[in-house]
Amino acid sequence: MKLNPTLSVTQRVVGLVVLIAAACALPFLVSNYTTFQCTLVLVYAIALLGLNILTGYNGQISLGHGAFYAIGAYVTAVLMDKYGVPYWATVPAAGAVCLLVGFLFGLPALRLEGLYLALATFALGVSMPQLLKYKHLEEWTGGVQGIVIIKPDPPFGLPLNPDQWLYYFTLAVMLVMFLLGWNLLRGRVGRALVAIRDHPVAAEAMGVNTARYKSLAFGVSAMYTGVAGALGAIAVQFVAPDSFNIFLSLTFLIGIVIGGLASIPGAIFGAIFTQFIPNIADQISKAAPWAIYGVFLIGFMYVMPVGVAGAIRILWAKLTRPKSSTPQSTGQPIVEGGPHGN
Amino acid sequence: METFLHQVIAGLATGGIYASVALALVMIYQATHLVNFAQGEIAMFATYIAWTLIQSGMPYWAAFFLTIVIAFVMGVLIERIIVRPVEQAPVLSVVVVFIGLLVIFNSMAGWIYTYTIKTFPSPFPSSPPFGSRLVSSHELGAIGVTLVVLALLWAFFRFTPLGLAMRAAAQNPESSRLVGIRVGWMLALGWGLASAIGAVAGMMVAPVVFLDPNMMAGILLYAFAAALVGGIDSPGGAVLGGFIVGVLENVLGAYVIGNELKLSVALVLIVGVLVVRPSGLFGKVHVTRV
Repeated sequence: MKLNPTLSVTQRVVGLVVLIAAACALPFLVSNYTTFQCTLVLVYAIALLGLNILTGYNGQISLGHGAFYAIGAYVTAVLMDKYGVPYWATVPAAGAVCLLVGFLFGLPALRLEGLYLALATFALGVSMPQLLKYKHLEEWTGGVQGIVIIKPDPPFGLPLNPDQWLYYFTLAVMLVMFLLGWNLLRGRVGRALVAIRDHPVAAEAMGVNTARYKSLAFGVSAMYTGVAGALGAIAVQFVAPDSFNIFLSLTFLIGIVIGGLASIPGAIFGAIFTQFIPNIADQISKAAPWAIYGVFLIGFMYVMPVGVAGAIRILWAKLTRPKSSTPQSTGQPIVEGGPHGN
Repeated sequence: METFLHQVIAGLATGGIYASVALALVMIYQATHLVNFAQGEIAMFATYIAWTLIQSGMPYWAAFFLTIVIAFVMGVLIERIIVRPVEQAPVLSVVVVFIGLLVIFNSMAGWIYTYTIKTFPSPFPSSPPFGSRLVSSHELGAIGVTLVVLALLWAFFRFTPLGLAMRAAAQNPESSRLVGIRVGWMLALGWGLASAIGAVAGMMVAPVVFLDPNMMAGILLYAFAAALVGGIDSPGGAVLGGFIVGVLENVLGAYVIGNELKLSVALVLIVGVLVVRPSGLFGKVHVTRV
């Protein structure tokens, strides 16, 4: 992963293996409830990586990714509840549906940029709960009541409780999704996405098919978020229209900015923030938890305007910079900052 | 026919509110190229201040103008204290700061004033004007107040040196600094004006939707849409956009689709307009130089 450019390949692999081993050991060290919370962190990490592909790497702002999360969650819930599909099979289905929806939404969105795109996606995010409540869809969506899903048991008689099993299942999906994402972003496609963000005209002149990559980014991004929605629905065992309101979309945007735009590990930092900061805020002040949350947001942006991943990158660059610093020191952030343009 | 006219006029009245908030958004956008998500919540909080003043026995119009002054100061202070330190940060980081402000104001209002819905007085008589059943006095008054605010604002930017300085600072900060305009303060002043306009909108809408900490959520969304339909860099367009969105929302809600989907349909229509005209109806089309 692109944590910083100065680590050797072996160091990175060792670091990753240690991290994954720690993640695997976690459910045996903490309570079931904490395991459940950590499952949600993994779910959010997938969703945030999805949004980061679109907003961080490709520079298209989306204020409506909660809608794709909702679609993923509902695909899973409806398939499990109405058609008795096993839970693991619903995840790719949710991803496929969202890939298609995201790609189709991305086509008209090609004409919109910056704020206008933000409004269009915002509209999507706002409309989603209303659509899910719509009475002619109630037969599938269950209307305001939503759908209750049964928590899956661990297969093959594994000595795990359902919470632990779900954690491992989510972890496995997350690792696959992150590996795919890393592979996608490090090569030709990733470079094309970043080029479109930084200078669309130059990118086009270099032969990058802007329209294709932009709608592709939308589709892939929606797919990640949809998979996250599916996993989230299984973990929470419940879907209802009002849990996918516009604030969920804003939370995702906050997550990628706090975690660090255009950074794969940033998605994980953002997910930790998304899951735990509201709880901490709630413990600090029962009366006005959201005020504390807002203070956290502003405080984070003061201290780390380029997000946690960006801050770590800058810090690392300072620590490892040779004493006789040359103008082009190795650890400089390459893609610091956000999407350019307005 | 009469009910249709009534719907249109009621739409114009709410459209006036959207127009005011849209105007506030456009003001900050012109100076900073950022959309202030906290605009609605600042307006809501100012309305609560007005409510407190009126409860303490102050006459309506005194409370009205005092609230505008307080909102102005509040806007300037927010810019100076909270927004200024992140001026150089990436765009989305500033957006997150705005979202932070939004939840802080919302939560503070709920904490101080509780989430119970409060009634807010209207300064206009409750009997319909000219004995007509077509329009209520408050609707007519709200439209009037919006137009007055717009006229004052236009005159301020058109005829006063300060207005000229503010426009210059927004258009070309570097050159403005060279001719001695204090660009930072112009920005703070812009924030103050935007908050003041928002406060007016809040006090005009509160008698209709009642006062509660979440009253501006939907309004901000419509205002955002209005500003974009009109063209985010055109104040006149923003006002017209506000009226268009208000009428559209009302007429569609009454005749075509009913209330449950009216927000969605209004938004889809707006996005449709934007797909055809990506810079809004009156916005400048930016030509990029290669």
